[in-house]
Amino acid sequence: MEKAIRRYWPIFVLPTLAAFCIGFIYPFVQGLYLSFCKFTTIKKATFNGIDNYAYAIQDSGFWHSFWFTALFTVVSTVLINVIAFAIALALTSKIKGSNVFRTVFFMPNLIGGIVLGYIWQILLNCALSLLQKPLLALNATYGFIGLIILMCWQQIGYMMIIYIAGLQSIPDDYIEAAKIDGATNRQVLFRIKIPNVMPSITICTFLTITNGFKLFDQNLALTGGEPAHASEMLALDIYNTFYSRTGPQWKGYGQAKAVIFCIMVIIISMIQLKFTKSREVQQ
Amino acid sequence: MKTRENIARKIVFVILCILAIAWIYPVFMILINSLKGETFISTSSVFQLPNAKSFTGLNNYTNALSSKGFAAAFGYSLIITLTSDVLILVGTSMCAWYITRVNNFLSKLCYALFVFSMVVPFQMLMFTLSSTADRLDLDTPFNICIIYLGFGAGLAVFMFTGFMKSIPLEIEEAAMIDGCNPIQTFFQIVLPILKPTLISVAILETMWLWNDYLLPYLVLDRKKYMTIPILIQYFRGSYGHVEMGPMMACIMMTVLPIIIMYICLQKYIIKGVIAGAVKG
Repeated sequence: MEKAIRRYWPIFVLPTLAAFCIGFIYPFVQGLYLSFCKFTTIKKATFNGIDNYAYAIQDSGFWHSFWFTALFTVVSTVLINVIAFAIALALTSKIKGSNVFRTVFFMPNLIGGIVLGYIWQILLNCALSLLQKPLLALNATYGFIGLIILMCWQQIGYMMIIYIAGLQSIPDDYIEAAKIDGATNRQVLFRIKIPNVMPSITICTFLTITNGFKLFDQNLALTGGEPAHASEMLALDIYNTFYSRTGPQWKGYGQAKAVIFCIMVIIISMIQLKFTKSREVQQ
Repeated sequence: MKTRENIARKIVFVILCILAIAWIYPVFMILINSLKGETFISTSSVFQLPNAKSFTGLNNYTNALSSKGFAAAFGYSLIITLTSDVLILVGTSMCAWYITRVNNFLSKLCYALFVFSMVVPFQMLMFTLSSTADRLDLDTPFNICIIYLGFGAGLAVFMFTGFMKSIPLEIEEAAMIDGCNPIQTFFQIVLPILKPTLISVAILETMWLWNDYLLPYLVLDRKKYMTIPILIQYFRGSYGHVEMGPMMACIMMTVLPIIIMYICLQKYIIKGVIAGAVKG
């Protein structure tokens, strides 16, 4: 059978592979090459070695956005996972209307980042102006808090769904047996429930980390990086280096930053892979 | 002991209710403001319900539909989402079948590259991808689906191969012995078995395609075609004065179909999310 299918590769693989080459491989390789060039359009690229990387590493804006992103990722990961897990626990404890709650909490995930960003920009700016505080675009701290609120609002439902699935897959016998042995609710939570949903916790943690790290739409719509690039995260910083500056050097810098960004994301994914693999061995 | 537990349960219930209100409120706020006249939308009155004076009915909606290009943006978003979805589902499921059933260099290489592409952030290729699309004339809503097939293939192939490994070979072998060629076998035997995964992948891809902003923004010819996220971004960005009424109406018209779809397809959406998370 394998032989029969093998002959049909132009029908089964070729269309997707061709699109994949256009949509991914070619731009990726070209992007990698251009990060070593000075260019404004692809045709007018001159090789300039590692100048772009040297600039990117010295760029204070890039480092600022890196730390802003890192702080954002840590805070949002902790908040989202703790709250989502708490809600999942509450909803799996036979509470009234748990289906309605689940539906409501998940809803924001389906709305796109740009639209979400504007909804919250309107809401938060109005609330801030009623409190006579500076608007989101004028104060980086409020911008940061706003982004955190927005991400919590959007992602808690998603993570909650994964935690609920994890909690429901724990056999009732485990919990009953522990209760018969005299375990308190707290002991059941820490000794039975949390160890058994560790796979879900790993998945959710890495999902929130990568989502936070790669955040773009919400950042653009909510604060737009204002004031003066202070609330700019990595993805937006790269975008702005590419498209909102004029001068022959900027696109090369942007591409070099993008490569560095890409490497960071790949490192996070490798750590994730290691975590999931090591856990599989234990089971 | 029992009463204490009851009280705790009530407290949890109340907290959940408060949270649920906080979750619904932003959308509700947009709804009430989209029904107010332009001059009545201000920072100080945004939390008030419309009254007899500020209520304008559906004026903002008709305005957004007639003069703000919302209908066209909606149409383009729909075309892009549908064509890309169909192309991704058919193309990647075929490709994934080949990868799982044939054990050669090509399939191993493809699989490794597809998985790698899931990790790479869009910023890495945004400039080169948009210029490639430009050069190949892939910058209209009707053929941008080819770009989406290429860029979105990773997750879909990954999910399909994960599921296909669990399909017993015997069924396909039986079909082949009965005289099916691989194409018939795939479309008549494998595809029906794949249905649950097809739905999951379709939902995940739709959530991404419908809401995607940056890729269409950079790839599409912006003077001619705008999708909904681009239109909403454009509203804020380029005019000096932002017309809040029509904008809120646009947001509402973007959000409502999603919420209606969600309520109808909730079971599948949640299943799809769980499948995607476990695999991803």
